[in-house]
Amino acid sequence: MTIDLTDTNTGAIHDALTQARRRMGGPASGMVLTLIIVTNEEDQYDAVRAAAQAGREHPSRVLAVIPRKPRAESRLDAEIRVGETGPGETVLLRLYGPLAQHADSVVAPLLVPDVPVVTWWPDEVSASPVTAALGAVAQRRVTDAASNDSPKDMLLRLAEAYQPGDTDLSWTRATPWRSLLASTLDQPYPALLGGSVTAEQGNPTADLIAAWLRLRLGVHVICEESSGPGITSVSFQTPEGDIVISRPDGRTATLSWPGRPDRRVALHRRDVPDLVAEELRRLEPDELYGETLAELAHPIELVPANALAGRGDVWIRESGDEGSQASTAEEEAGQA
Amino acid sequence: MTAETGGLAPANPGVIAGLTENAHNPLRDPRDRRIPRVAGPCVLVMFGVTGDLARKKLMPAVYDLANRGLLPPGFSLVGYARRDWADEDFAQLTYDAVKEHARTPFRDTVWQQLSEGVRFVQGDFDDDAAFDRLAQTVRDLDAERGTGGNYAFYLSIPPKFFPVVVQQLKRSGLSDPEASGVPAADRGQGVSAHRSWRRVVIEKPFGHDLASAKELNATLDGVFPPESVFRIDHYLGKETVQNILALRFANEMFEPIWNRSYVDHVQISMAEDIGIGGRAGYYDGIGAARDVIQNHLLQLLALTAMEEPVAFDADSLRTEKEKVLSAVRLPADLALGTARGQYAAGWQGGVEVPGYLEEEAIPADSRTETYAALRLGVDTRRWAGVPFYLRAGKRLPRRMTEIAMMFQRAPHLPFAATDTKELGQNALVIRIQPDEGITVRFGSKVPGTAMEVRDVNMDFAYGESFTESSPEAYERLLLDVLIGDPPLFPRQQEVELGWRILDPVEDFWAEHTKPEQYPAGSAGPASADALMARDGRAWRRL
Repeated sequence: MTIDLTDTNTGAIHDALTQARRRMGGPASGMVLTLIIVTNEEDQYDAVRAAAQAGREHPSRVLAVIPRKPRAESRLDAEIRVGETGPGETVLLRLYGPLAQHADSVVAPLLVPDVPVVTWWPDEVSASPVTAALGAVAQRRVTDAASNDSPKDMLLRLAEAYQPGDTDLSWTRATPWRSLLASTLDQPYPALLGGSVTAEQGNPTADLIAAWLRLRLGVHVICEESSGPGITSVSFQTPEGDIVISRPDGRTATLSWPGRPDRRVALHRRDVPDLVAEELRRLEPDELYGETLAELAHPIELVPANALAGRGDVWIRESGDEGSQASTAEEEAGQA
Repeated sequence: MTAETGGLAPANPGVIAGLTENAHNPLRDPRDRRIPRVAGPCVLVMFGVTGDLARKKLMPAVYDLANRGLLPPGFSLVGYARRDWADEDFAQLTYDAVKEHARTPFRDTVWQQLSEGVRFVQGDFDDDAAFDRLAQTVRDLDAERGTGGNYAFYLSIPPKFFPVVVQQLKRSGLSDPEASGVPAADRGQGVSAHRSWRRVVIEKPFGHDLASAKELNATLDGVFPPESVFRIDHYLGKETVQNILALRFANEMFEPIWNRSYVDHVQISMAEDIGIGGRAGYYDGIGAARDVIQNHLLQLLALTAMEEPVAFDADSLRTEKEKVLSAVRLPADLALGTARGQYAAGWQGGVEVPGYLEEEAIPADSRTETYAALRLGVDTRRWAGVPFYLRAGKRLPRRMTEIAMMFQRAPHLPFAATDTKELGQNALVIRIQPDEGITVRFGSKVPGTAMEVRDVNMDFAYGESFTESSPEAYERLLLDVLIGDPPLFPRQQEVELGWRILDPVEDFWAEHTKPEQYPAGSAGPASADALMARDGRAWRRL
């Protein structure tokens, strides 16, 4: 059922929600979180739809905050949807005039008690989620660098402002790749001398995967451009030849390992509802994301490995103070 | 219950995850909760591919795992059966099974990729040549698809075939990881430490008494080391069953009252609305107690009654379960402390159904029970004097499995007796299936001017708080087998303890009683109600 309330207030919205629930014959049990979506009129449809789909896995109250005409007089319009798309509730809040600057006063009374709050900026990405409007109220703040015109710069800005609880959908997009890469190294593997990630231009997920590999493996990992779609390959250089996972079609990946038969595995690109559902699965701070962002912004310097110095192209992380033996190659790697 | 309680979300290791990650894999980090556990390169060899279990549960589970990205590149599935089939026929059977029964949406690319690794080997279980072909097939897969000489054998076949199949696996060299056809160089380039593995998966029944269980174990024992034998009790793969541990040991508010000071008694019930269906051949001579009490219900009892394990690894968990199972005590007088029944013709769920003795292929004088109830004690400090009532039956009013902790009444009620007439015992009910969840029942004031107290329910439903599609038990268990993670699989010791509990009851029944008839669709035989009435208690309504 859909209820439209114009020029209303949070008390009336609350009453309408309670009434709608009674009429649907069910109490508000089992809601696991409140999801605030900070969006605009143009993008709200897709975002709310994605949230509703994710809501099948995580029944939640979705509050879409949509600012309208900044010059108009302050007014709150609400569109309440209960029992239409899934187990949760959705409220579209349209904020006119100066009210848009005080969205937190509208949202606070509508949070479901006792359960976590997540704020998601599907399009307009705030460079500092925790200080952004409606960011402070949330345990988990979800941005999407890919929606920015220059995603890499966006990631760098997010890195500067990072606070535990921040996360970005371009990191979520990395999960299937990271999972496949991790399982590849579950088997005994030869020494890794370096790596590369190939993706279409402006793919923030590729930057994050490269930074993550650099951080975890302590070797140079560079980013290279391809025509896509998305990430097309990740490879490791080893003394025995390259270990390559390639995915030219965005669907099926092939693992090539020197001296072994090629192996294929499905590796899909995922839709936004899947990403949001994964993001809502765990609400504790994602420390790995924080560390990876930090590595992306300020790469830890690598120094030539003395033991393998003969190879010339082998680098390891320096254990002592950073920066004392910086070389051109390292600086290049930092910008890769 | 909040989202944090659950290592219960879908793509997640689960509450009882063991540490299986390669300690030397720098890409794995225990804090990295997004990356799921993924099986290493391997082949799953399935015996009994035409059975119901294989089609309805195992094949869909394989697909669902692949769809969730939890199977390794190159994963291969080999079917072995008597049918005269080509690889394509088996692939078609798998395809149909997946299409019909898979939990996750069907995707062509996933299926394409999976079907490339599907093979079929035709033969009888005593056919030397066929097993040699099977050995060749998996070796070819190692070479073609890089499965690394790691094989899991799923014996989805009647136990009487176990000895011959296991011997064939041994004879053909399939069971021996050292005899792998994979040259060491191919198993791990430049790394010699890598050993390939062999695992064998068996389904209940694990024997029909202590002696046969030991015998069954002996046939496996000579060929597979104990840690390579995975006994599937699919109840342990259920999220709700694993949640018993989360409920008890992740929370503070339940454990303090989880003992004889507060608990009056415990009822563990497993009711089925169906009859024996097509299982006549298996069921007759086995009966309800051997079929489900010895395994499922005793596992539920163990998880409910056990002490806190020091860690959630396989050894600690099994140790605690074995401790509590070894403390289970039978009633002194088995005639009074047990009951058994057999369903007679009647109406079940609005349909007229035949009695057990009229079912096809059941002898008219069969003394097999279709309903069994037991009163057990648990001789520990925690549970002394608290009876555990177990019951299981077929053709009961509805299908449900639950554990009900029934609490003592308040020692003193400061209300007039008439005010609390409708107040029952507080209860905490763990609903295992269907409608998985937890109900807490307590007294509440009825709105109005008088002080009147009546029972109300507080409900937690999985379907509401978590995903609509939590993984099937078989998905979880199959993945655990391929990863080699044993906490959810009972050890032989647990199986034997189960039979130690049940054997005296079965002996007594065989000598002294005939199952009492109960109409199909009713709640069981009168003797089961009398068993409870003697203790001043009653069964919960089914």
